[in-house]
Amino acid sequence: MTCLPQPTSDVRLGLVIDLDTCVGCQACVTACKEWNTGGHMAPLTDYDPYGEAPDGVWFNRVHSYEHTKADGCGETVHFPRSCLHCETPACVTVCPTGASYKRASDGIVLVDEDKCIGCKLCSWACPYGAREFDTDVGVMKKCTLCVDRIYNENLPEADRVPACVASCPTGARHFGDLGDPASPVSQLVAERGGVDLMPELGYRPTNKYLPPRTRKAAAPAPALTATDGVGGLLGWVDRILSR
Amino acid sequence: MHPAFSVIAFTVCSGAGFGLLALVSAGAALGLIPADRLIGFVAMGLGLALACGGLLSSTAHLGRPERAWRAFSQWRSSWLSREGVAAVATILAAVALAAGWVFLGRTDGAFAAAGLATAVLSVATVCTTAMIYASLKPIAAWHSPLTLPAYVLFSVMTGAGLLTAVLAVFGLDVRGLAAAAAVLALAGWFLKLAVWHRNADHPGVSTLNSATGLKGGTVRSLEWPHTEENYILKEMGYRIARKHALKLRRIAQALAFALPLVLFALAALVGGNAATVAAVVAAVVQLAGMLVERWLFFAEAKHAVTLYYGR
Repeated sequence: MTCLPQPTSDVRLGLVIDLDTCVGCQACVTACKEWNTGGHMAPLTDYDPYGEAPDGVWFNRVHSYEHTKADGCGETVHFPRSCLHCETPACVTVCPTGASYKRASDGIVLVDEDKCIGCKLCSWACPYGAREFDTDVGVMKKCTLCVDRIYNENLPEADRVPACVASCPTGARHFGDLGDPASPVSQLVAERGGVDLMPELGYRPTNKYLPPRTRKAAAPAPALTATDGVGGLLGWVDRILSR
Repeated sequence: MHPAFSVIAFTVCSGAGFGLLALVSAGAALGLIPADRLIGFVAMGLGLALACGGLLSSTAHLGRPERAWRAFSQWRSSWLSREGVAAVATILAAVALAAGWVFLGRTDGAFAAAGLATAVLSVATVCTTAMIYASLKPIAAWHSPLTLPAYVLFSVMTGAGLLTAVLAVFGLDVRGLAAAAAVLALAGWFLKLAVWHRNADHPGVSTLNSATGLKGGTVRSLEWPHTEENYILKEMGYRIARKHALKLRRIAQALAFALPLVLFALAALVGGNAATVAAVVAAVVQLAGMLVERWLFFAEAKHAVTLYYGR
């Protein structure tokens, strides 16, 4: 059913991404690809991987932006972009076959590859570019929030987080229950003023982004001072070189 | 948006087909078109061929066409699913009318009822097609109050053009119909200009600031995540050079609206063989013009995801 389900619990699993600490190293991108090409949505097909125009299916892409603020100061922001597991995902409701669905129990948005006809309408309905079509298999693919890791009892408990979260070397990615206001991720969002992406479109994303912290104003570097009249060895060197 | 030929051909052909079916069926049911078997065969046959051909063409862009039957299941939420259901219902009603008309020479009684059902369902099907596009919020040019009226008007306009041509070929007096086709071409022209005017003022509510959550100042794309075009850019990042868009807009206006307007007006005034030739040429030229119009509908539409790529 592509009608949105009545939630059976308040659990809303998602990611909180800290744009302040992300260094754009792409570790989450490759970890995601590595896990998911053998996971629930496998394979994450690559086309012409060693040729002239390599392309392929990825669930997580890291952009880099230059944010020039109103005061003229600029900063580089690395920006991981993946499925936001929205509360009102149009990608689900536009699906004509019931292949796209949102889980009532935890809010994860998934694709049933056996039902997908590859009409691509869900990718048109998503403003975040979260869905990528696999032309080899003929079906749409997307981030699963590593549903095959987070509930996987064969993994040590510490590893039951999405691959992108597990691999982040700077701790810029956080996984948790955003439906629970007391959860660490919800607290983090509240504390740091986490935001929704494109809130004006009304998709109500579950994932939140933490904006970069305001930098302390740097103390001005001391001006260079003239060395005229310096005595001793340095003064002698200065006089010799000044001839 | 990437202008995929299968989808362009689908929307133009099925739009014209359902427009023709609506007018022929209503005309036959109301006794305005004679219950001549050959007229029934050609008019209903052409309408059904365009509608079915368009639907088949749309399955050409599916990744897994063999599963297309599944698309009838989610009519509660999906306009694409509703379109499938409405299209099949229309075709069934049209086949019922065509059977009575072609095999029995009758368009009255139950067949008239099937005709009226065909007319209503045809318009409903075109509405569902329009809503597929109008419901997509990330594409500002489509998420517009004008998308639905444009699809319905263009469908009736091309359908009326085809009906005028078919009935003229059978030697019927089509002066009234040709005049109606000319008026519809004029109305279509005005509506298309209104759509372009509206879209120029509505580039979309999202910005790269809202897309990244970075408030204030300006955000500029510094580096893409990939060096080559990916699915997102191939499917949704299509861009058309402005000078080409302007030229194609002129071609679309000439072929879809201006030329048919003149030719149908001519057919309405002169009558006879000249009218037949004018009506047939006008109908064909109009379909060609609608292909250009529909190509631009896709190629000029900007998707919000392109913001992430600094476009």
